[in-house]
Amino acid sequence: MKVLAARLGQAVMVAVLIGTATFVMMRSLPGDAAWRIAAGRYGYDNVDAASAAAVREELGLDGPALPALLQWLGDLVRLDFGKSLVTGQPVTAELAHQLGASAALALVAVVMSLVIGPPLGILAGLRPGGLLDRALLVVSTGLKAVPQFLMALVLIVILAVQFRLLPAAGHGEARHFILPALALATGLAAVNARIARDAMARIADMQFWRFAQWKGLSERQTLTRHGLRNVAVPLVTYLGLQFVTLVEGVIVVEAVFGWPGIGHALVHAIFSRDVPMVQGTALVLGLGFVLVNAGIDLAVRRLDPRAAA
Amino acid sequence: MSETHTSPAPAPRLDRARAVGAALVLIVAALAILGPLAVAGDPLAQSLSKALAGPEPGAPLGYDQYGRSIFHRLAHALRLSPPIAIASVLTAVAAGLTLGTLAAARGGWTDRILVTLTDALLALPGLLLVLIVLAIVPGKVTGLWAGLSLVLWVEFFRLTRAATRDTLASPAVQASRLLGFGPGYIFRTHIWPEIAPMMLTAAAFGTATAIMAIAALGYVHVGFGAPTPELGLMMVDLLPYWREAPLALLSPVTAIFVLLLGLTLLAGSRET
Repeated sequence: MKVLAARLGQAVMVAVLIGTATFVMMRSLPGDAAWRIAAGRYGYDNVDAASAAAVREELGLDGPALPALLQWLGDLVRLDFGKSLVTGQPVTAELAHQLGASAALALVAVVMSLVIGPPLGILAGLRPGGLLDRALLVVSTGLKAVPQFLMALVLIVILAVQFRLLPAAGHGEARHFILPALALATGLAAVNARIARDAMARIADMQFWRFAQWKGLSERQTLTRHGLRNVAVPLVTYLGLQFVTLVEGVIVVEAVFGWPGIGHALVHAIFSRDVPMVQGTALVLGLGFVLVNAGIDLAVRRLDPRAAA
Repeated sequence: MSETHTSPAPAPRLDRARAVGAALVLIVAALAILGPLAVAGDPLAQSLSKALAGPEPGAPLGYDQYGRSIFHRLAHALRLSPPIAIASVLTAVAAGLTLGTLAAARGGWTDRILVTLTDALLALPGLLLVLIVLAIVPGKVTGLWAGLSLVLWVEFFRLTRAATRDTLASPAVQASRLLGFGPGYIFRTHIWPEIAPMMLTAAAFGTATAIMAIAALGYVHVGFGAPTPELGLMMVDLLPYWREAPLALLSPVTAIFVLLLGLTLLAGSRET
């Protein structure tokens, strides 16, 4: 319960921080915000002083700062995110649409990374110093140095442009998932594998492990009965930290592949100074992180009852 | 965490990795600093007749789609983002050290407020924060510097605070205090030697993160604008010409990979 309370406090702080930051952003837009917004709405050729003035009036872009900030945060508390300055649609409606796409992509990426990374890490950890272990160290160090957008670029060039195996962009079919999810998954898998490897090597060195083998369990039985759960604890803990990497990756990778998700929307909102959309997307990403980590706190307690004591 | 404390000596292997890392970083730095001096040229000068042409003495890496020398664009790109990254890391180190020691030494409300703030900042993906700051602060360079500093200082704060708290509670510091030494002395002789190696590792990682972020933002067109030679921007511009001029795209890709790999190795082993 105490953990959940701490996470709740964190969530509130995140909301206040994002609310204030987006408010400052609204106030300090370089150039005349009203013109920009009007241009976003009506197209750059159809903007004149009258439409800009109308936008300024409608959004209350003038006036003293402090009451406006309080009102801004008040709207936030009432879950009133306002309307997108560009499309005029309520932000919540747009978010609901995009969240599904992003969550699906992130989920596929996490599953992919868990299929690739930990099994290799466990195999390497069972034979520390072996060929697989050394190869894995080199490969994972290399992969960690590759930013996700670079991985995306390499995958596009090799699999989409050179061999024409997979589509470079698009959304809707299963095959469209492969490249963006793989671009996200390789970096995650590199870290996953190292964590699984270190945990496995540590556990395989412990007395209970040797006892299990001594009493006649095969290596496979030892691993499934005594190994996997122990390896899972650090792995799940790190999954929470990796979620930050994942969200950052989602922002970039979605923009690269034209994936219609939150990250793509955020980049576009920043680009067109669509402050309510920035606030909405940023809140979803920030609170999503807190929520996932709260879930992971609970999962770790289930896996390892010692943590709760 | 405990790994770094309990095993002080897997030294030879780590040192070798660090040496390789330092060498890689030096190679890229030499290209950035000495490259344009060795081969004179302009990163912005176009000659459309040479668009996507191969290497020649005046342009050792060939030309891009507007006939600009890739070599000179690359060298100038490498003079742009690494200094911003280093400036952000230095700012972050200064802020993290000051506030971290302050939180550890003062405790109470100072500590509580700072920790709550950093907890909230930790929950925000760094790139998101940089994007928001970039939209608020005028000017791309100052925006990136401010945003990245804001993201990076949290790590240094947490490291400093944790280490300083342990050190301040140690008998050695109590002895120093009883002997009448001031806070400045205690910081220099007790705290700094304790946190310096961690700081170095975190600084190398921070620099890599910052360079990655700047390139990623350039790649999705929210970082630096069109004619500026910038790594991410160069890559996304050259991507459509991959079949005609693979070397043109491979140059910035290789450069950033070597630089980031060098920094990662230089940082030494750490779990994430």
